[in-house]
Amino acid sequence: MARNKAIEKPNAAKAKRKWDFSRNWQLYIMVTPPMIFLLVFCYIPMGGIVLAFKDYSIRKGILASPWVGFEHFENFLSSPLFGTLLSNTLILSIYTFIVNFIVPIFLALFINELAQPIFKKAVQMITFFPYLISVVVISGMILQFLNLNGGLVNNIIRLFGGTPVDFMAKPEYFRHIYVWTDVWQRAGYSAVIYIAALAGIDPQLSESAILDGVTRLKRIRYIDLPTVAPTVTIMLLMGIGGIMSIGYEKTYLLQNNLNLSVSELISTYIYKRGLLNFEFSYSTAIGLFNSVINLVLLISANAISKRVSETSLW
Amino acid sequence: MAKNKAAEGQVTSRWYKSVSDYIYMAVIYIVLILALLLVLIPFIFILASSFSSAEAISAGKVLFWPVGFNVEGYKMILETSSVWRSFLMSLFYMVAGTLISLVLTILLAYPLTRKDFKANSFITVLMIITMFFSGGMIPSYLLIDRLNMLDTVWAILLPTALSAYNVVLVRTYMSSNIPKDLYECASLDGCSDFRYLVSIVIPLSKTIIAVMALLYGVGIWNNYFNAMMYIRDRNLYPFQLVLRDVLVLNMGMGNPSDIAEQQERLMFSYLLKYSTIVVGCLPVMIAYPFVQKYFVKGIMIGALKG
Repeated sequence: MARNKAIEKPNAAKAKRKWDFSRNWQLYIMVTPPMIFLLVFCYIPMGGIVLAFKDYSIRKGILASPWVGFEHFENFLSSPLFGTLLSNTLILSIYTFIVNFIVPIFLALFINELAQPIFKKAVQMITFFPYLISVVVISGMILQFLNLNGGLVNNIIRLFGGTPVDFMAKPEYFRHIYVWTDVWQRAGYSAVIYIAALAGIDPQLSESAILDGVTRLKRIRYIDLPTVAPTVTIMLLMGIGGIMSIGYEKTYLLQNNLNLSVSELISTYIYKRGLLNFEFSYSTAIGLFNSVINLVLLISANAISKRVSETSLW
Repeated sequence: MAKNKAAEGQVTSRWYKSVSDYIYMAVIYIVLILALLLVLIPFIFILASSFSSAEAISAGKVLFWPVGFNVEGYKMILETSSVWRSFLMSLFYMVAGTLISLVLTILLAYPLTRKDFKANSFITVLMIITMFFSGGMIPSYLLIDRLNMLDTVWAILLPTALSAYNVVLVRTYMSSNIPKDLYECASLDGCSDFRYLVSIVIPLSKTIIAVMALLYGVGIWNNYFNAMMYIRDRNLYPFQLVLRDVLVLNMGMGNPSDIAEQQERLMFSYLLKYSTIVVGCLPVMIAYPFVQKYFVKGIMIGALKG
C-alpha cells in the first residue's frame, strides 16, 4: 500500500523523510554519538587502507604521499616469508578451529546426558571458568608449566624417569600447545550454546523414545544431533569467518626465537613490521590482504550454507 | 537376554534400559570427571606453588599442597608499586570503559528497535559492515596518533568502545522483551523518546545491560594488546601489561642492582610467577560465582539471534 503510493507521487517519499525527522528528531540525536564513534574509529581507519597503495612518509601525511599501486602487495607475495606466514596462519587456525569446534559439541552432549543436577552444575561452572582468564595469565601459565626447570610437566616426566623437554624451544610442539590450551580455555564456554539448544528438546519426545526402548546412542543420533544442527552451522560459519584473524594476542606472547619458524603468523608479522619497524604502508598492505581473504572465506561459507542447509548469517 | 534385563530394569529404574546404556553412562562420567580434573589440577598446582618455598618449587617437590609454607611471593607483589598502580589503572579503565560502552550501545540499540525510524536500515548496514571488515592495525594506530591519543587513557577507553555484535544483541533483546503497545501508550500520553528510553526501556532491559556490562568489563580488564600498541608511559600501564612483564618477558619486580644472588633470584622468580598468576586470576575468580549466570544468559541471547 504505502509503496504504491510512493510510486504514484515521487514527492511523497521525500515528504515522508522530512516528516520522519521532525517526528523522530530525538532518535536522530540519540544515534548521533554512536554514529560519530563508528565513523571515527571504524570508517576512518577503513579509509586509511589507501596507505597500502601509497609510500607513506610521516612528514608528508597520508594524502601527499606518492601512490605506488600494488607494489607492496607484489613485494609481500614474492617475499620468501610469504609462503611460511600463510601456511603458519592457515595450519594453526584450521587446527584450532577443528578441535575447538568438535570438543565443545561432545562436551555439551555429555553434560546434557547427566541426570544428577549438582554434578551437572559443577561440571558446567568449572569448565566455563578458564574462559574468563586473560590471555596474558594463560600464557604465563603455559610458559611456567612447560618450563624446563621446575615446570609441572617436566617434573612429572622426571618423576617417571624420562628426560625433560624444553617444549617452548621446539617448533614441532608449538601448534599442539597452542591448540590444546585453547581448547582447555574455551571448551566450557563454547559448550554453553549447545547445551542451551539441547535444553530446548521437548521432554515428551525423549520420554516416548525411552519408553519405546530407543538406546541412548540412538537418541543422540536421532534427537540430540538434529536439534543442535542449526547452532552447529552458525558456529561453523562464524568460525570460518574468523580463520585469518586467529588469536595473535596469544601467539605473540608464546613466540620466541626458537619457535618462530612455526609461530610467526601474518597478524604478528604485521604488528612487528608496522609498529616496531614503522613500515606503515607495507604492513597495511599485508593487513588488507589478510582481511580480504577473511571476507571471501566468510561470504563463500555463508553462500554454501545457504544452499545446503538454509541457515545463514544474513 | 537384553530384553529380560530391560524389563527387570524397568521395575527398579525406568531410565537405564540396557547394558550398553550402563556402559555409555560410565564412559560419560569418566570423561567428564577427567575434564574436571584437567581444569582443576593446574589451578590447584599454581595455588600450592604460590604458597611454597622457592627451593621446594625448583626441586619439583610441590604437587597439590604447599611445601615449606610461606608468603614471600605475595609479599613481593604487594610491595611493588607498579602492581598497585596498574591494578588501580585497570579498575579505572574497566569502570570508565564499561560506562562509555554501555551508553553508546544503548543509544544505538534503542532507535534500531523502532520500525518507524526511517534511518534504521541504513544505520544497521553501516554497523554490520564493521563486524566483518576493519581498517586493520596500522590505520587504527595512525588514527590514534593523529587524534593525539597515544599515551593517554583515551587510547584504551575509546577505540574498541562500541561492538556492533553487542548492539545487535541488545536490539534483539529490547524488541523481543518490551511490548510495542507500551510505546504507543506512552507516546499518546506525550512521553518523549528520551523519557521513554530512560524510564521504560532501560529499566526493562536490566538483564541485557548487566550482560553487556560484564562482556565489556571483562574484555577491557583482560585486554593487553591495545595498551601494548598505544601506551608507552608506564604510569598508564594496565594490570595485564605488568603481568606480561613478569610472566612472559621475565622482568623481575625488585631492584635490578643485586645481581650477585642470581641463582637465588632465578629460583625466586618461579615463586614470584606462581603468586603473580594467582593475583592475576583473583579478581575474576572472586566475581565469577556472582556473574556466571549473566554470562550464560548472554550466550543464550546470542544464540537466539543466530
